[in-house]
Amino acid sequence: MIVSSWGRYPKVETADVKRLQWLHEKIDFDPEKRYLAYGMGRSYGDSCLNEGGTLLMTRGLCRFVSFDPETGELHCESGVTLREILAFALPRGFFLPASPGTSQVTVGGAIANDVHGKNHHVAGTFGCVVDGFRLLRSTGETLWCSRTENPALFAATIGGLGLTGLILDVKMRLRKVRGPWLRTETIRFGSLREFLQLSKELAPKYEYSVSWVDGTSSGAQLGRGLFMAGNHADVTVEEKKEPFVPKVAFPCEAPEWLLNKLTIRAFNALYWRKTLGERVSGLQHYVPFFYPLDAIEDWNRMYGKRGFFQYQCVLPFGDGEEATAEMLRRISAYGKGTFLSVLKTFGDVRSPGMLSFPRPGITFALDFPNEGKETLDFLSMLDDIVTEAKGALYPAKDARMAPKMFEASFPRLNEFAEHVDPRFSSSLWRRLGGTHVR
Amino acid sequence: MSDNVIVFGATSAMALGAMRRYAAEKARLVLVGRSPEKLDAVRNDLLAFGAASADVVVADLSDLSAQQGAVDAAWAKAEGGADAVLVAYGSLPDQAACQADTDLAVREFNNNGTSAVALCNRLAQKLEERGSGCLAVISSVAADRGRESNYLYGAAKAALATFVDGLFVRLSKKGIRVIDVKPGLVSSPMTAHLKQGPLFAKSDAVGAAIHRAMKNPSFQGTLYVPRVWALVMFVVRHVPEVLFKRVRF
Ligand SMILES: Cc1cc2nc3c(=O)[nH]c(=O)nc-3n(C[C@H](O)[C@H](O)[C@H](O)COP(=O)(O)OP(=O)(O)OC[C@H]3O[C@@H](n4cnc5c(N)ncnc54)[C@H](O)[C@@H]3O)c2cc1C
Ligand SMILES: NC(=O)c1ccc[n+]([C@@H]2O[C@H](COP(=O)([O-])OP(=O)(O)OC[C@H]3O[C@@H](n4cnc5c(N)ncnc54)[C@H](OP(=O)(O)O)[C@@H]3O)[C@@H](O)[C@H]2O)c1
Repeated sequence: MIVSSWGRYPKVETADVKRLQWLHEKIDFDPEKRYLAYGMGRSYGDSCLNEGGTLLMTRGLCRFVSFDPETGELHCESGVTLREILAFALPRGFFLPASPGTSQVTVGGAIANDVHGKNHHVAGTFGCVVDGFRLLRSTGETLWCSRTENPALFAATIGGLGLTGLILDVKMRLRKVRGPWLRTETIRFGSLREFLQLSKELAPKYEYSVSWVDGTSSGAQLGRGLFMAGNHADVTVEEKKEPFVPKVAFPCEAPEWLLNKLTIRAFNALYWRKTLGERVSGLQHYVPFFYPLDAIEDWNRMYGKRGFFQYQCVLPFGDGEEATAEMLRRISAYGKGTFLSVLKTFGDVRSPGMLSFPRPGITFALDFPNEGKETLDFLSMLDDIVTEAKGALYPAKDARMAPKMFEASFPRLNEFAEHVDPRFSSSLWRRLGGTHVR
Repeated sequence: MSDNVIVFGATSAMALGAMRRYAAEKARLVLVGRSPEKLDAVRNDLLAFGAASADVVVADLSDLSAQQGAVDAAWAKAEGGADAVLVAYGSLPDQAACQADTDLAVREFNNNGTSAVALCNRLAQKLEERGSGCLAVISSVAADRGRESNYLYGAAKAALATFVDGLFVRLSKKGIRVIDVKPGLVSSPMTAHLKQGPLFAKSDAVGAAIHRAMKNPSFQGTLYVPRVWALVMFVVRHVPEVLFKRVRF
């Protein structure tokens, strides 16, 4: 069976797919086979793929175990999605304490990539709000992992790319909110410098922030963009709606000509003008603020059948600032970077995972349609800039970095490798794990 | 006022969607199914969603000799009787295997047809005695026409659907609402092995629609979910046999 991730590249032949439905059902691990959990497949590259191996589909593990309306502690199975948690939590006055830019991910996937959200500078990563989880190892043994029980396995599994075993069920803390609304502010900036200034100024004022940057602008306009920030609003509005269901779906694979320099440039220019004034503020529902892309189901089809790459790096403050500007210059000259260029600063809340990606600095994410060697060469060139500036790449979005880059990005790789389950593996791990791969 | 609800086949994914809505309204639920471990997981889920209580009755509903016991046990747990009953259990047989093995075919027919008819007959007696309430039974769009790929299942569901149809007329005179739920294709453990095209609905959404219908005091009769299936099946029912023979689906 052919399986791919959100980036639709690569597409790999998977020997076997097991759909898990119930937590108590035993899995017989064949010593000859290699296993990997697969949640919603919202990773972009090959971290959720297992060519020639077995995928354990976790979506059927979708039940809640308990919820404490006093403390907000939620215990649920690992295939529950963040969207389901939100639909559950909001009417009860709670919200996710950390969430990526799509709600269509599972709790297990959110842990395995130790995902970050717009409030990273305040709350840290998803792993920071996880109290513990039960991990199934291929020996059949299940282990409760937390900061006090099996702490090393806890740290290895958070951001552990699914390689330490199967996360069965999870305990995490939700946070209280008054309702689904946010007070948001959108501010235009004209350069990278202005972006950094805004980030510094507004970080203490806003719990959430993210910026869109125009990857096509150059010269004096290089690094222009929109800074979007928000706080939970202190207004109670009855949640009348059912869980959010997208109204539009991208109907089919788009033809290759749809995305070209012209349409991309036009889109970016339009988007920049979207904000009428320099500063616009208002009350916004959480869905368009947190999950703007979830409004178009299957938007990844827009990139056609060859799929696309997302490139996300983090660069330390200081030296990384010039490196970010350099990357923007190269991207603008290349002209193929598209709509979803996102800029954000990570704070210094420590991630609990050995292989967690977020660290203090500037993170930058951008999509590139897959045009074969040309695209790959360009991205390798960006790698050089990132390495030079002592930055790192996000494995959840990678399909092509070199093992050297991976090693440089994760100084605790050796320590992590000791916790990898010998029967678990992924296409990404075989590509990047080097001598650690068994 | 929150309801007393009994669900037969409470481990069904579709039923979960309906039961979570009842739970959020603080209903008292009684869960009947054949796997204690699965029932336990569902019970915890519903308590997390806010159910006032969730009691479990373990029974294989295809076992006709145990059925009355299960009905009585469930009724006793739903103190004051059930305001709403959902019959959700069923199994999707391998049509080819049934063709080759008549015993298997009969067992499957019993599970989806005979035993469900027997159960509904017992439930009708209980509800009639009580004089109010709602009974929803999940049959299938497969009941509307025999398709080459699953006519054994379709035939059993047709028996059930026709039975429920008659029951609807009988009990409507007593102020009891009967609903024949006919889902189209739904993603659930039952269909997990099939290739899931865009026609597949989410079990949670189907469950929500079932709950909505059960709570709607003016709704009774047949419920196609998602609704487009009413139109689709209208057409399918009217396709002349010469043509029906040729389309493969
Ligand atoms: C539109 C969009 C926006 C995004 N925005 C962000 C963002 O802002 N921040 C961010 O950090 N990420 C972001 N992402 C990436 C996404 O959050 C992560 O890739 C996430 O891990 C995907 O979860 P999933 O359930 O789809 O997991 P999958 O992609 O299916 O799997 C991801 C990894 O988790 C492992 N895994 C899954 N379930 C389990 C389990 N039960 N036990 C053990 N391992 C498991 C898999 O083996 C794999 O290694 C975004 C993705 C999209 C499509
Ligand atoms: N999915 C579809 O596309 C579809 C379409 C039309 C109609 N339906 C009908 O919808 C209903 C719900 O199905 P679903 O989609 O929710 O699938 P499901 O999750 O597999 O639910 C079916 C449930 O019925 C239980 N069950 C079967 N036989 C039983 C018995 N003899 N005693 C007790 N419990 C029994 C099963 O329990 P175990 O897990 O313990 O076996 C299972 O949990 C079924 O009646 C089905 O026929 C389904």
